[in-house]
Amino acid sequence: MKIVLSHLTKKFPGRGRGAKKKEDVTAVNDFTFEIPDGRLVGLLGPSGCGKSTTLNLICGLQKPTEGQIFFDEEDVTPLTPQKRGVGMVFQNYALYPHLNVEQNIRFPLENLKGADKLSKEEMRARVEEAAGLVQIGDLLDRKPAELSGGQQQRVAIARALVKLPRVLLLDEPLSNLDARLRLQTREEIRRIQKKTAITTIFVTHDQDEAMSISDLIVVMKDGLVHQIGKPQEVYDDPANLFVAKFLGTPPINLFEGRVEKGSLFIGEEAVLTLKDIPDQPVHVGIRPEGFILSENGSFTCRLSRPEVMGRDVSIVSTHPASQNPVIRSIVDAESCEHLSGDNVCFLLKPRKVFLFDQTTGTRIPFETA
Amino acid sequence: MEKQNLKGWLYLLPALLFLGAFLIYPLIDVFIYSFEEGYNSASQTFFGTGSYNYSYVLHDTYFLQALKNTFILVIITVPVSTGLALLISVALSSIKPLQELFQTVFFLPYVTNTLAVGLVFMILFKKTPYSDGLVNLLIHFFGGSSVDFIEGPYWAKMFVLCFYTVWVVMPFKILILTSALAGVNPVYYNAARVDGTGRIRMFFKITLPMISPMLFYLVITGFIGAFKAYSDAVALFGTNLNAAGMNTIVGYVYDMLYRDSGGYPSYASAAAIILFAIVLTITCINLLVSKKHVHYH
Ligand SMILES: Nc1ncnc2c1ncn2[C@@H]1O[C@H](COP(=O)(O)OP(=O)(O)O)[C@@H](O)[C@H]1O
Ligand SMILES: [Mg+2]
Repeated sequence: MKIVLSHLTKKFPGRGRGAKKKEDVTAVNDFTFEIPDGRLVGLLGPSGCGKSTTLNLICGLQKPTEGQIFFDEEDVTPLTPQKRGVGMVFQNYALYPHLNVEQNIRFPLENLKGADKLSKEEMRARVEEAAGLVQIGDLLDRKPAELSGGQQQRVAIARALVKLPRVLLLDEPLSNLDARLRLQTREEIRRIQKKTAITTIFVTHDQDEAMSISDLIVVMKDGLVHQIGKPQEVYDDPANLFVAKFLGTPPINLFEGRVEKGSLFIGEEAVLTLKDIPDQPVHVGIRPEGFILSENGSFTCRLSRPEVMGRDVSIVSTHPASQNPVIRSIVDAESCEHLSGDNVCFLLKPRKVFLFDQTTGTRIPFETA
Repeated sequence: MEKQNLKGWLYLLPALLFLGAFLIYPLIDVFIYSFEEGYNSASQTFFGTGSYNYSYVLHDTYFLQALKNTFILVIITVPVSTGLALLISVALSSIKPLQELFQTVFFLPYVTNTLAVGLVFMILFKKTPYSDGLVNLLIHFFGGSSVDFIEGPYWAKMFVLCFYTVWVVMPFKILILTSALAGVNPVYYNAARVDGTGRIRMFFKITLPMISPMLFYLVITGFIGAFKAYSDAVALFGTNLNAAGMNTIVGYVYDMLYRDSGGYPSYASAAAIILFAIVLTITCINLLVSKKHVHYH
């Protein structure tokens, strides 16, 4: 089932004092996009940007100030959460502490009424199926307090899946897990989503997480959608400075630069030749993999140290025009065998270099000559 | 290890001394008194030992009346006050405007003196040859004939006593329950709503288990408090409770201690021990039941 958001807006009344008093907080600002059927969509953005609010609007726990939500062609905006048939995994899992795992998973089934009502055996079968899917079949008698974080999280997913929801919503489901478990569990979520083919929205502030498992990512900030696309596309073609900064590890390297007479200058060096671009100051973003070590490279940085990471080498250097304390560039191990001296010189891969307007931060497309 | 233990006991010593001197020792003493027949507090002598005191008390019609009164009081007021308090607390926590005002209003009886409240009740329910109380005026209004709740039939007096007791214990229960309800993490309700849970099921499957420790605390203290009721009856019916037929077990113990200048401490002790046994039994039953239904987290 596809989900369509149409001009969805949520404002909270302002609670500030003094001058800020009357100003509403716009947690979700005019969202209009479609989530295709059966896909896993990552809602990505820094803390406080309105991700949870968006989920709450979709599941009905909060009412939008404006706009509509459609599940396929059905307008679900006026429906209560009870009527929407959504499965949700909360950030702290919200497992009922007084019920054991089996009772927790069975809870949504016991709410079914009328024609949907299940017999005891049917419930049992459904619970076992859901528990099997997340591999907690042997924990059914435990109370939530007797489970590890990862196990609790699986129970929460099983509880969300057991009623075969039309939509699965996950609000930062991995943030309470340790790093190793996080990696493992996100693969798990991906596997389960593929298997069940339930349209899924996955909220996270971790770009790595979103990039690795999503079919589509929605990058947001301050209640606004900044870009929607396949992870690789968004990475390769960021719409603005924020998106470029937010995606990628190590993060993109940023420089003060300017376009002058068809050349891109960083500091005093012309690093790229551009076609048809008016002269202007710009922010220059260069992905770490956009550097090529070359003795006749036109971009000269001060070498701090190389960091060997197996196949690749991360060269740490500095540059006066850099906005970050250090520049990280990732190059082949072979190409830097003869790395020596105080400076390194790079050639730049034009497709890994992005220009942004200095005031608005919007991307300035360019072609190299 | 040994040293650690010794230290632990040392820390406990002051509390143990206190408990020993003011709780355990009197308890044992009362227990002993209850088996000393014909004890005279003036001469500090007694005739012999045996279970005659118990036999006397258990055959005393005043005691049996007090026992009956106390049990009726307990059985009616504990469930009614706890249930009503729960109802009011749930209502209170589901309204947002003026919530604090209502909380204050419901808490007022708690800070009011018992005897003053008793006086007000008496005025409300009393009937004199010249005038009817407010309640009787109401009964008249609805076409009934007036009843003297203070000096009239037993059921009327019992009704007032129960009404009064519920009234007096409710504020505390409401206070405890509203804070217990406020303490339930709303995320559970959100999860339940998304899972399609109706309001009633939400109350029984989530709210009740979540506040069950507090509810249990109220029931246990409610039972104990009601079994020890005395001042409420005095406030309504005066000090001669036996004559009014409205005595309670504690009232009986009190009367036995101080009646007829000097009184009958042995009978009083026996009655006190009987009360102790009853309360202990009820509390144990409560604890057993709670094992199954109370969820601590
Ligand atoms: N119930 C609320 N009342 C007022 N403001 C809220 C409420 N919920 C969220 N907000 C505000 O809306 C913004 C978005 O919050 P949220 O959706 O929780 O962000 P995220 O989940 O992305 O971290 C924040 O500025 C937050 O302070
Ligand atoms: Mg959030």
